[in-house]
Amino acid sequence: MKLDTTIAIEARNIAKSFGNTPVLKGVSLAARKGEAVAIIGASGSGKSTFLRCLNLLEVPDLGEVHANGERITIGPGGQPPARARIERIRRSVAMVFQGFNLWHHMTVLGNVIEAPIHVHGRPRAEAIEEARALLAKVGLTHRADAYPSQISGGEQQRAAIARALAVHPSVILFDEPTSALDPELRGEVLATIQALASEGRTMIIVTHEMAFARDVSARTVFFCEGRIEEEGASAALFASPKSPRLQQFLESFRPGGFTADRQEASFSR
Amino acid sequence: MINWDLFERFGPRMLEGFAITLELALGSVALALLISVPAALGRVFGSKPVSGALFAYTYLFRGTPLLAQLFLLYYGSAQFQPALSSAGLWWLFRDPFFCSLLAFTLNTAAYQTEIFAGAIRGVPVGQIEAARAAAMPPMLAARRIILPLAAGLALRPFGNELIMMVKASALASVVTVYDLLATAKLAFQRTYDFQAYLAAALVYIATVETIRRLWNALDKRLNRHRAVCQ
Repeated sequence: MKLDTTIAIEARNIAKSFGNTPVLKGVSLAARKGEAVAIIGASGSGKSTFLRCLNLLEVPDLGEVHANGERITIGPGGQPPARARIERIRRSVAMVFQGFNLWHHMTVLGNVIEAPIHVHGRPRAEAIEEARALLAKVGLTHRADAYPSQISGGEQQRAAIARALAVHPSVILFDEPTSALDPELRGEVLATIQALASEGRTMIIVTHEMAFARDVSARTVFFCEGRIEEEGASAALFASPKSPRLQQFLESFRPGGFTADRQEASFSR
Repeated sequence: MINWDLFERFGPRMLEGFAITLELALGSVALALLISVPAALGRVFGSKPVSGALFAYTYLFRGTPLLAQLFLLYYGSAQFQPALSSAGLWWLFRDPFFCSLLAFTLNTAAYQTEIFAGAIRGVPVGQIEAARAAAMPPMLAARRIILPLAAGLALRPFGNELIMMVKASALASVVTVYDLLATAKLAFQRTYDFQAYLAAALVYIATVETIRRLWNALDKRLNRHRAVCQ
């Protein structure tokens, strides 16, 4: 099969059930190089599971994932994909988690240099030099030698973003990167991600921050009950949602609602 | 009053006995690490048969008395003397020190396996997911992420196990090993002065106290990432 070289990551017809509960019912999504895609939807709509299927943290029951020149196809009754092939995809797909998941026993700098040195085989000195530059970029130069438990949630998430950048990923997956943060700490993380988007990084972002989704991404995808209910250019999708379900979903975020006010505020700077 | 004469006569022997006690306790606990760390990984991450076999091992060795295991090895191996001789192993199984060391190692390894398996299960899932997402192969993730975090969690129960073994090693005196307790007994039998036992008890206490202090220092080091408000 011919590979489209403008595509950074692509998933086709992903299906996944947990027990007897179908969570994803055949979802296809691709991100072109340099594109930021936002995924929105209610809790339980399958958006986080889908994101985790992209780097095979969840192995789909059916479907196809393609990134970094590797194509993993899972057919009915097929063997689970070989670990080496999964790792090949993961080497080019970084993930930023809702709960940060910085390694507790390593300093911030240690977290950032870990994968470059031990997974990607970069020389230590080079990895450290680059890590310091990345930490400066996310505003954490002064926290390089701190342990994750000694810094705030916002700082931890920015460190996690630096850790993701350190492996030169072709795509970064963000799984609700601000959901675990207090409102006053969200802005700094959102601004960091926004800055990456304007650099033209390829990103797929699962988020509950509607204003952020609209502003950061060129394209937004709305998940509902394990399917993509609607997708389109972000500005258009938020301005004039077509499906009743998306209209209803966005209604709950309208100005006047407490949530929407706060999110608008975090981007009015 | 301290019976100086007693310690002049038997002090050196008791010190030798103490050395044997340390060799048995520290030796078995250290050798057991070679078994327990991989076994704990197998217990948590291994396939059903692997995990099951390891469970059977820890079940058996934790479920039967250490003294029985020691007897089985020391006296039981005599039954197989011809086989062991032809395998060139009889010289080992003839030696009570070796049999004690082996029994203690197998026993403490079973306890350690459960300690480390528990600690590994205590490592937050997110820590392991972050390692997987970073494309770490399982062994690298174990070495760099899972085991260092589990070591911090296992440190205190593992220290407990070491302390237990220091004293459990006295069982070796039953199969003619002259450890600290056996030499104290010897001194007592020759003099009928209970100070011999008292001295042995003080040495055991001092040993445990040393371990306790060492473990506090290790805790500061291994769990320094948790020392936020200490």
